[in-house]
Amino acid sequence: MEEKPQIGYSKKVMDHFLNPRNVGEVEDADGIGIVGNPVCGDLMQVSIRVEDEIITEIKFKTFGCGSAIATASMVTELAEGKSLDEALEITRQDVADELEGLPPIKMHCSNLAADALHKAIEDYRQKQAKTAET
Amino acid sequence: MVYLDHASSRPVDPRVLAFAGRYLREDFGNPSTLYSRGLTARTALEEARVKVARLIGAETPSCIVFTATATEANNLALVGGALRNRKMGTHVVTSAIDHISVINPMKQLQKQGFELSIVPVNSYGIIDLDALGRIVRADTVLSSINYANDEIGTIEPIHEISEIVHENGNYLHVNATAAAGTIPIDVQAEGIDLLTLSSNELYGPRGAAALYIKKGVRLQPVLPGGGQERGLRSGTENIFAVAAFGEAAHLAAEEMHHESRRLTTVRDALIGEILAIEDAYLTGHPAQRLPNHASFRFGRIEGESILLNLDTVHDIQVATGSACTSQTLEPSHVLLAIGLKHEEAHGSVVMTLGRSNTDADIPVVVDAMEKTVQRLRAITAL
Repeated sequence: MEEKPQIGYSKKVMDHFLNPRNVGEVEDADGIGIVGNPVCGDLMQVSIRVEDEIITEIKFKTFGCGSAIATASMVTELAEGKSLDEALEITRQDVADELEGLPPIKMHCSNLAADALHKAIEDYRQKQAKTAET
Repeated sequence: MVYLDHASSRPVDPRVLAFAGRYLREDFGNPSTLYSRGLTARTALEEARVKVARLIGAETPSCIVFTATATEANNLALVGGALRNRKMGTHVVTSAIDHISVINPMKQLQKQGFELSIVPVNSYGIIDLDALGRIVRADTVLSSINYANDEIGTIEPIHEISEIVHENGNYLHVNATAAAGTIPIDVQAEGIDLLTLSSNELYGPRGAAALYIKKGVRLQPVLPGGGQERGLRSGTENIFAVAAFGEAAHLAAEEMHHESRRLTTVRDALIGEILAIEDAYLTGHPAQRLPNHASFRFGRIEGESILLNLDTVHDIQVATGSACTSQTLEPSHVLLAIGLKHEEAHGSVVMTLGRSNTDADIPVVVDAMEKTVQRLRAITAL
């Protein structure tokens, strides 16, 4: 089959950009991950609620371009209902694949959502470890 | 649909197309040939030269050399001018907000042993004239300053710049791509030695641009070949594009005054209403700006997502200087040069009006902009 050149964003990216899922911040979140830098044009926050090692609620906020918003939205969909260990296995590539691809130039700069998710999980585990100590 | 990106591309005026279509169909001759079809083409070429010369007040039509693009005209002026006149000196000057098609030829000259100085601008994008006076010296062979900036709309005081450049230095090149056809230009009265303008900015087709070369200024070709255009730009002439460019220049000369007054009114109303949006700011000079140019930055949101939202939800096309739409992932050098921080430059939106825009567009654009800003601020992490 002939491969069509991808011009611009995929339909899936545009869908998540126009109708982002899980926008906002989880109230009294169990873990929060922030990645990126407004100087570079992208800043992303993912917050999670965890019950019995399962992500029961996840929300995001993003300052950035279309793909930065779409990848964050997608990662919340992928991670919701997953166990923490499963969620840690979600990669940047998974997010891009689920979005039916990203323009090559966007793969690094604005594909930060998986990192933000992992940071949120780390944050949760650190807090858990601290609670266990006391 | 509201199209607000006339700085990047304009539709061809139907009158221009009607005028020049014959040069693609019947009168397709090569102007270098001697039979009648060639002479018809030659005539079209020379008539276009007269019309373009008239638009900018050139002393004679022979001062106009046609090229394919403004980038090429800039290269001919800068690389061709600096190399040909190397004896005058090896120092070249441009501004911090000049177009990349000026900056990159300048950098190429640097690699060939020229010293490059960059003149700073103030927060409105106006050239720092004192700095220019300190920078230009006897061995400054070429200084290149944009007539008006396509990203922030600011118009430079070219006449004063010319006096400063000529006081100590040599030639002044002016990239007037964004300005020509929108505001009056008089190369003789303003003391301009070399000037670039382009067909598409005048509602002509792409594929034609021109370099004005003041009588007596010598250049060396950057594209050697069959010796067309007085040996300065070889290659068979694109008669269709050049004839259309000429007609577009003729129409611009006739209609510019009226059209610019009309657009200034639309522009000012648009700027006024957009600035009522929270955390929205004008970029560029508030008064000394192109009649068709409205440029902004919005706090806490990013330009590419604004552009995408305006296009897909509201069918409005704009431009941005955000890094996220550039190949280098760097925000516009123009926005950084006027003192914006990176995160501020990311929120840039550029609206350039044209013939199709009227007062009726204003409420549509303002409503779309308000909704877009509101939606993206509800998502933002800042």
